[in-house]
Amino acid sequence: MDLFEYQGKLLFARYGIPVSAGEAVTTVDDAVAAADRVGYPVVVKAQVQVGGRGKAGGIKLANNADEARTHAANILGMDIKGHLVKVVWVEHASDIAEEYYASFTLDRGAKQHMGMLSAQGGVEIEQVAVDSPDAIARIHVDPVSGLGEPQCRAWVEAAQLNPKATDGAVDILMKLYTAYVDSDCDLAEINPLILTPDDKVHALDAKVTLDENAEYRHDDWEQYAATQEMDDRERLAKERGLNYIGLDGTVGIIGNGAGLVMSTLDVVTQVGGTAANFLDVGGGADAEVLSNAIEVINTDENVKAILVNIFGGITRCDEVANGIIAALAAVKVNAPIVIRLDGTNAEEGRAIIAPHESDRLISQPTMLEAARMAVELAART
Amino acid sequence: MSIFVDENTKVVYQGLTGSQGRFHGMRNKAYGTQVVAGTNPKKAGTDVDGVPIFANVADAREATGANASCIFIPAPGVKAAVIEAAEAGIEFIVVITEGVPAHDEAFFYNDLKQRFPNTQLLGPNCPGIVSPGKANIGITPGEIALAGGPVGIVSRSGTLTYQALHEMSQRGIGQTTCVGIGGDPVPGTTFIDCLSRFQADPETKAVIMIGEIGGSAEEEAAEYIKAEMTKPVVSYIAGVTAPPGKKMGHAGAIISGSKGTAAAKMEALEAAGCTIAPNPTEIGTMMAAVVAAL
Repeated sequence: MDLFEYQGKLLFARYGIPVSAGEAVTTVDDAVAAADRVGYPVVVKAQVQVGGRGKAGGIKLANNADEARTHAANILGMDIKGHLVKVVWVEHASDIAEEYYASFTLDRGAKQHMGMLSAQGGVEIEQVAVDSPDAIARIHVDPVSGLGEPQCRAWVEAAQLNPKATDGAVDILMKLYTAYVDSDCDLAEINPLILTPDDKVHALDAKVTLDENAEYRHDDWEQYAATQEMDDRERLAKERGLNYIGLDGTVGIIGNGAGLVMSTLDVVTQVGGTAANFLDVGGGADAEVLSNAIEVINTDENVKAILVNIFGGITRCDEVANGIIAALAAVKVNAPIVIRLDGTNAEEGRAIIAPHESDRLISQPTMLEAARMAVELAART
Repeated sequence: MSIFVDENTKVVYQGLTGSQGRFHGMRNKAYGTQVVAGTNPKKAGTDVDGVPIFANVADAREATGANASCIFIPAPGVKAAVIEAAEAGIEFIVVITEGVPAHDEAFFYNDLKQRFPNTQLLGPNCPGIVSPGKANIGITPGEIALAGGPVGIVSRSGTLTYQALHEMSQRGIGQTTCVGIGGDPVPGTTFIDCLSRFQADPETKAVIMIGEIGGSAEEEAAEYIKAEMTKPVVSYIAGVTAPPGKKMGHAGAIISGSKGTAAAKMEALEAAGCTIAPNPTEIGTMMAAVVAAL
């Protein structure tokens, strides 16, 4: 789960990491009031989970209330790469002497946590990594023993920041590691981490991704879930407890198992179609789950055909077939369904489907043939 | 021969008294696996269909000689369960549970590596391991596996693993062992752990490797295959069309930046001499051709 900048900053502040005084607001009047409180000059920042906010005009400096009002009015409601700005963060503007980059994430290859620190901050760190990999100082942190201060200090020295920043950076990075572990972050990133002209080190941005698997031990995460950017299809799917990701194509996909569904998307593309979604019904594909799945796909107007791809393992194909028939009786389906059943009890499943077959419900023996049929039907309408 | 487990492996099920643990534990027992014990601190002294329940893994091991464990405990308890099994001296720990926090996985992986370097962890979030005709530990439907070899299977995806087993068995091609390593960010057992054992196993003549987007495990496997493997490998990678930054069900299946794409993985595997199947069905036809040429 990705947090907005303001949520990340408030989280960092809880761990004692210095961030600018600021407030998150949703109206122009509140933005001006917030600007008056934090003190001019202020920066009005669009809160969207997409890069390139500044270039799109979503980050503006205001020296007084009139300017704050103008910028807030322009930015609230702005569309940035398809993301509607509903919240702006108003913070006291900082003087910047130098910009650094700092983050913690899990290095899957090394199976340990990894810290990255660079004196070249404020830009795309991926580009720095490509152009001058030596400009990023990396450390691995053993999750069992954690990050010790001597290790942290050696890392900061290796990054060759301005020596005036060393103590402040060590302090912030120790706190950032605590925040990263304690708040179950997949990523905790500060870009830029700044050195001010009066030699203070300070977090000017916050990018935090939380591990949703750890939600059960963080009661305060409910506030983040409520503000997640989701389209209507994704919201309905989440309400129904389905593992769904909306895409832009015309073939609706339902399958069991993440790997099989990903693979179904691939095969649809291979035979010339486009997938409308990723939807994994998991192991318990009964009538209710399938009805829910079809209902979610129904809300997607782009869908011209639906491909149901089931490989029965623990899931039995006869149960899935019964589920589909029951779902069809319960829900009006807008697009024709192509179904492929294989694995455990596939014969029984196909026999259940057979009497119901029509131009709206078609059974195919293999994944490839089913994908071809679904793509053809989607192209026809 | 099989890898990791065989007919002599004695398994204790942590969470045998829960609905999932009981269902799959009993299926594993019916398959022929030596299901010797279950654990539940509140139900010590009882049994599940004749399998004795102990308060903890140490007691179970002492009484039954269990040398492997299969964990069906809900995600919040997995970290403690893995460490308990390792401390009790269990050598092979299979974690079926999905939804384990990544920080927990990183912690117990490193804790085991440091304190119990000889303990092999499989999972979390994996279907388990089946050595057809010998042992089935986990949730793989044993009836779709066929004993006798010559194919070894290693996979990051559950359903695609079943598909591969099914494709082989339908063609009358047996399997030595099928290992589902799971789709999580910190898998206890890697592709290379399995590939090296398949390479060393005289009965395994060819290997199916099923990967997916995210991470760099497939690229590392490709390097291993190029340097060390003489046996043919047929590989399939799921997620060619997955958009960057979206988690496709598995926590590990996410493309970040330009890393972890299916195209990069396929390229690396092809350069290492693997045969690349364009879709799951072709895994079957391609491996059948490889086996016919052995």
